[in-house]
Formats: sequence, C-alpha cells, structure tokens
Amino acid sequence: MLRSLTRSKAGFAGFIVFALMILVAVVGPFFTPSHLSTDLNAVYLPPSTGHPLGTDSEGRDIAIQMINGGRAVILVGVLAAAISTLIAIVFGALAAYLGGWVDSLIVSVTDIVLTVPQIVLLAVLASLYKLDSPWVLAAILGGFAWPYLLRSVRAQVFSLKEREYVEAAQLLDLGTGWIVGREILPNMATFIMMNFVVTMTNAIYALVGLYFLGLAPIVDDNWGAMLNKAWTRGAIFFSDSLFYVLAPVIAISVLQLSLVTMTRSFEEILNPRLRES
Amino acid sequence: MAILKRYAVRRVLKALLTVYLVATGTFFLVRMLPGNPVEVYINTQMSQYGVSYAEASSQAAGLFSFNPNEPLIQQYGDFLAGLVRGDLGESLLAPGTSVLDIVFEYLPWTLFSVGLGVLISFALGITLGMLMAYWRESWLDHALSLIGSLLQSVPNYLLAMLVVVFFGVQLEILPIADMRGAYSPGVTPNLSFDFLSDVMYHAGLPITIYVLTTIGGWMLVMKSSTVETLGEDYVTVARARGLTDGRIRSAYVGRNAVLPLVPQLAITLGFVVGGSILVEQVFQYQGIGYLLFQSVQRRDYPVLQGILLVVTIAVVAANLIADLLYGRLDPRVRLNGEE
Repeated sequence: MLRSLTRSKAGFAGFIVFALMILVAVVGPFFTPSHLSTDLNAVYLPPSTGHPLGTDSEGRDIAIQMINGGRAVILVGVLAAAISTLIAIVFGALAAYLGGWVDSLIVSVTDIVLTVPQIVLLAVLASLYKLDSPWVLAAILGGFAWPYLLRSVRAQVFSLKEREYVEAAQLLDLGTGWIVGREILPNMATFIMMNFVVTMTNAIYALVGLYFLGLAPIVDDNWGAMLNKAWTRGAIFFSDSLFYVLAPVIAISVLQLSLVTMTRSFEEILNPRLRES
Repeated sequence: MAILKRYAVRRVLKALLTVYLVATGTFFLVRMLPGNPVEVYINTQMSQYGVSYAEASSQAAGLFSFNPNEPLIQQYGDFLAGLVRGDLGESLLAPGTSVLDIVFEYLPWTLFSVGLGVLISFALGITLGMLMAYWRESWLDHALSLIGSLLQSVPNYLLAMLVVVFFGVQLEILPIADMRGAYSPGVTPNLSFDFLSDVMYHAGLPITIYVLTTIGGWMLVMKSSTVETLGEDYVTVARARGLTDGRIRSAYVGRNAVLPLVPQLAITLGFVVGGSILVEQVFQYQGIGYLLFQSVQRRDYPVLQGILLVVTIAVVAANLIADLLYGRLDPRVRLNGEE
C-alpha cells in the first residue's frame, strides 16, 4: 500500500502532508495550554512574535487554537470513513453473496440513500439532535456515506465470485466470511483505501459546513468552530485579524488537498493508463 | 420500444418510492423523538401563554397539519393524504402561510443558479478534459491537472468566504452588500432585459463558485474517460480506415467518453444543491439554502420538513431524467435493467 503511494510524486507529497497534519494534531496539544483564558485587552491583535497569527475576538492566541483544533476535525473524518467503509463492505458482500431478496433490498436502500441530499438531511438532523460528541457526528456523517463503496464492493464480489480461486475456496468448503476476508477484500484493498480517503474528504466538508452554519454545537476550538466565530464576529472586516479567517480556511483546504492527491495516486494504480510514464 | 417503456416505468416507480420513504422518514423523525417539536410547541404554548393542553394540541394539529391525540397510524394517513394534495402544513412562524408557498418562493433561485453553474462547469470541464487527454504529458495537461486538483479540494463555501474576504471586504472590488439577495429591492420580476441582468448580477457569485469548485472534477474524470476511450479498438480501427481526426474526435472518442459522465451529472446536481446551503449563506443569496438556514435557526419544523421533501423530489427528478436519458443514449443500460 505504501509502496503504491510512493510511486506517484503528488500522491506521496499528499501523504506526507497528511501525516504531518495528523502528527501536529495528535502531539501538538500536549505542548500547548489546553485552556486559553480571555484577555479583553488583546482583542484582534495583529500577528506578532508573541502571537504569530494574532488573537481572536476574546484576545486568545490563534496559532495555539490552530494546533489544538485539528484533532476534532480529523478524528471525526476518520471515524466517519471507518463506519461508512464497514457498512459498505459488510452489506455489499452480503448482497452479492446471498443474492435474491436480500440483494434487491440492499440495492434499493442504497439507491435511496444515494439520492437524498445529504447536507440538507444533516442540517435537519442537526436541528433535532444535539450533535455534541464526535461519535454521534461521525455516526451521522458516516451513516449516509456508504452507498458508492457498497455498490462497488457488491459488483466486485459478484464478478470475483466466478473466479477460479474463489470457486476453489468454495470447493474446499471455506466459509463465506473467510472467502470475502481472505480472497476478495485483498484484491480490492487499493480501491477500498481510495474510497476511505474520499469519504474522509466528504465527511470533513460536511462537518466543517455544519460548524460554519452553527448547526453543530461549538464546544471547543476546532477549525470549524473557529471559522464560525471568525465569520459571525466580524473578524473579516479587520485586516489585523485576517488570519483568524485565513488560518482555518487554509488548514482545511490543505487537509482536503492532501487527501485528494492521495486519492489521485490510488486512481493511477487502479487505472494504469493514467500513470505518469 | 416496449423495453424502453418497461425500463422507464421501473425507474419512475423507484423514484416515487424514494420520495415516499423520505416523506415517511421525516414524518417519524419529527413526531417520534422524545422532546419532538410538536411536544415542544405544545409545552411552550402551555407555559408561555397559559393555554390548556387541549387548546395547545389543537393549535399544534393545525400547524403541523395533524392531530397529536389521534393514533399514530391515523396521523400518518392524514399526513400522506395531505402530501398527495400538496398540503405540507403551515409555517410555525408565519401562521397562515403554507409551507409549499414559502418553499416555492425560494426554490427557483437555487435551481436556477445551481443548474446554470453545473451546466457551464460540465461543458467547460469536458472540453478541457478532452484537451488534457489529447495533449497528455504536455505543460497544458500538468497545469490543468494541478489547477483542477486545487479547485476540487477547496470546499465551495470556503472559496466563497475567500472571495468575500478578499474581493469584497479587503480590496473592495466587489460590492458584496449590494449583491446579496436574489434580485435588487424595488425591481419587479418580469422578463425584461433589466430584470434578467439584475438577476445575473446577484446570482453571478454563487454561479462562479459552483463552476470553479466542480470544474476540476469534470476535467479529471473526462481526461481519464477519454484516455480510456482512445485505447479502444474501434478508435484504432477508425484511424486505420483513414477517417479525419476531427471526425474521430467527435463521433468516436467524444461521444463515448462523455457517456459515463452523464449519470454523474445528476449526482453532482444533487450534491451542489446540498452544498448551496453553505454557499448561499455566505453570499446571502436567497435560495432554498438560505431558507433552510433561517428555518433551522427559528426551529420552523414544518418548513424544514417541506424543504427536505421538495429538495429530495428535485434531486430524485434530476436523477430520473439523467437515468432515462442515459438509457436512451446507451442501450446496454436498459437491457441490464431488464434482467
């Protein structure tokens, strides 16, 4: 898997950037104060040596918030992608393997989930539930993200079912779980990884969107919450506090870009004609 | 012809089923939850205005177009009956205004801006994608790939925010405040040139954002699709037959390469309609996303339910059209739908 990433320069760069962001998000908070106290004498200060990115509307350092604020966003993205991938593999394989009415039912549900406009549904759900835990957010984001992968897993299992090595495994009377786990999934590993990354990208898009609209409760200083505060508290009108808006925008965009370039290198592996010579 | 008809009937039934299930889902979401909006409404009416439970629940019944004291099955029946008549209840905050009227006031602006944005992006994207495939490994290909990846990665609402921050507030190039809304105050909607240019003045920014953030995807997908098509035997045969490059490009490569992108058009449309909530909020463009945000803020559940339903219907309809179109364009699809 890693070797396949190193084959494409852009994909490898994306991977490195992503790994660095995770490192900062995981390790960074141990070196920064977890609670930033309000200082009304230092509201919207311009960048300086003490505050490399300036301060926010409560006089709190923006750079520290940036370091602490990545964890929640990345965590929810990974959790959502994990939940969605699990659903897709289990039910996709089940549909293809069992066939009949189970298959029709799963396919119909997939088609329906695929057509429901997700952000709209998420906004409505967010107005009904309190989305204050990363698990609830991840469950809701991942709970609607599985249809694409499920379709592909189902199609793959269908076509691989007839292959000789799978038939051989069947003749040896190895269980369905064994065949899917040992024979079919390894063949799809790159594809599943690619989908995992795509799902993360979409989940982060939706998550930050929910924060921006104020639909996810703002309990900590994550990038989405920073964006919301910067936008609603007028930081955009002062050129001194421009980094309050720009820092989260750039961080989220770089995160998304690193994920997209990783996707692209997975695509090149799956479709060798796209590969750089 | 019979095959096509059966395929169409199956797709229409599936679309209706989707709408029915989403309607049912929202019905139970709004009513079954502990502390559901109906209960909350009844409780606030009782505590704030001192009305009796019976009175409060009859008010709630009128607003949500159902009676909370009836058995759930009967409520559900009434709700579905109302749905068939196009009755989605009344707004909580503007009693007497039907949800459908409110939704239809905002929806056209979203459909217009998103539809136009997606179409422009599709047309530009497939053209550039084909160029990239033909001049693979050239500087053009590399430059467009880079730009495409960059644009595709930045979430549309963040790009919109950057436009507002830089061009609107800091550099003061764009009159952001004037560009809010769907059209300028004092202008009456009609088919004159003035009105249409005013509409474009207000829709310009959201449309630009939709184009910029979706074009990268089209370019890259079209490139890989074209590259794949160029490797097909029939293209080699066409070359061997001595057909002109122009004819091969349009009749053999172009058509076949665009084909797999058609179903994606509908999916993108759905995705962008969803994303419009965020973009419209940034630009304060008065489409369905703006209305959704307002309704969420005010906890106007009947309107929320109506928006979810109407947007779903719009997306389902777009999918249906794309599927039927695809079935006409590619006969293999409707044969598979037959099995």
